[in-house]
Amino acid sequence: MIPGAFAYHRPKSVSEAVAMLADLGEEARPLAGGHSLIPMMKLRIAAPEHLIDLGGIGDLRGIRADGADIVIGAMTTQHELIGSDLLSAKLPILRETALVIADPQVRYVGTLGGNVANGDPGNDMPAVMLCLGASYHVTGKGGERRIASREFYHGAYFTALEPGEIVTAIRIPVPPAGHGCAYQKLKRKVGDYATAAAAVVLTVSGTGDVGSCSIGLTNVAETPLWAEDAAKTLVGSKLDAATVKKAVAAAEAITSPASDRRGSPQYRTKMAGVMLARALARARERARA
Amino acid sequence: MAKSQVSLTVNGKAVEALVEPRTLLIHFLREQLSLTGPHIGCETSHCGACTVDLDGKSVKSCTMFAVQANGADVRTIEGMANADGTLHALQEGFREMHGLQCGFCTPGMIMRAYRLLQENKSPSEEEIRFGIAGNLCRCTGYQNIVKAIQYAAAKLNGVPFREAAE
Repeated sequence: MIPGAFAYHRPKSVSEAVAMLADLGEEARPLAGGHSLIPMMKLRIAAPEHLIDLGGIGDLRGIRADGADIVIGAMTTQHELIGSDLLSAKLPILRETALVIADPQVRYVGTLGGNVANGDPGNDMPAVMLCLGASYHVTGKGGERRIASREFYHGAYFTALEPGEIVTAIRIPVPPAGHGCAYQKLKRKVGDYATAAAAVVLTVSGTGDVGSCSIGLTNVAETPLWAEDAAKTLVGSKLDAATVKKAVAAAEAITSPASDRRGSPQYRTKMAGVMLARALARARERARA
Repeated sequence: MAKSQVSLTVNGKAVEALVEPRTLLIHFLREQLSLTGPHIGCETSHCGACTVDLDGKSVKSCTMFAVQANGADVRTIEGMANADGTLHALQEGFREMHGLQCGFCTPGMIMRAYRLLQENKSPSEEEIRFGIAGNLCRCTGYQNIVKAIQYAAAKLNGVPFREAAE
């Protein structure tokens, strides 16, 4: 499986990359870790005439605290997320999620930016970003802007990115200290996309009531889902069985999964509910008032 | 399409070559450098038979272009034996523990295990299994591969290898 011919470009800065994308037009594609794009090129489903490799741009790497947020360069790899002490302390859900993406070799190369920007409903990080209320720093020839992750996903592989724009960083507001989080993913085998998965971030009060809750769902619709109504149902509760059941029903109600070898739509919807119930229980165990 | 010049280090030797941008690293290693240890298995980034070590990472060389490896330090199974020709502890472990049957997955397994042991000198059985999850073996059932890596870890750590009771 040999990809079609293309010209290779390796810009040294974001401005150079954006200028190349603008000049070369729609036959140019940015290359991040390449573990979605290169397989597509080998199958000749994608045949860009120009590849703009973002791997040489140092500004696109790294993880830093910025006030109440953590900002992660788009070319930061899943492996680097897993190894980050800052993320383990402040945003442990990212490490937990990265560990269930693909396999070790893919995680050394696959990037957070590629995972969130590609618009593949099977990718795990987008639902986590919706759950966390992240935003994406985007640069194009017109300059920079920020797009809320909750407004970014329009359909399978359709996002709010305009032609020629690239995601340069992911900005995540740090949840309160003591928050509980979990990412629960059902997959058939190592390396598989989720049959269904759920991300939960919640806080609890001294009396054990849920103070705030946010839920994201992976691969049960054309886009990642932010299950706002399900989360609202839980606020003020002690995560008793009846309330969890209501929240699970509210989450299941917004899914519309495809039928594929991972299962029927009905099965995948139910599995989204099961993953949500497990993620809620796990997040509750981890939360401290 | 114009060829690109690449300069990289492969198994400790400087390599300069012209490559088509679309040339995958696995094809460059096998066809231009005659390093046929890295194998082409699935070609879809699932099986790990093409795994090589690149700048301290285990990568699937079927899912990377050779031009992306420009400037990199690459190691393949051909670069694993010691300078005096004796086997690396991992190679010895795979032989001693019967960590292969057909041997097709072995170069990728050893290169992955090499990086795993660089990062974690005494991995548990669970950590080994998690660490080699990107490498498929269709013969062994993995039991003896795990033992081979445990054998190598013990040897590299200078401690006696004790096989766990079955």
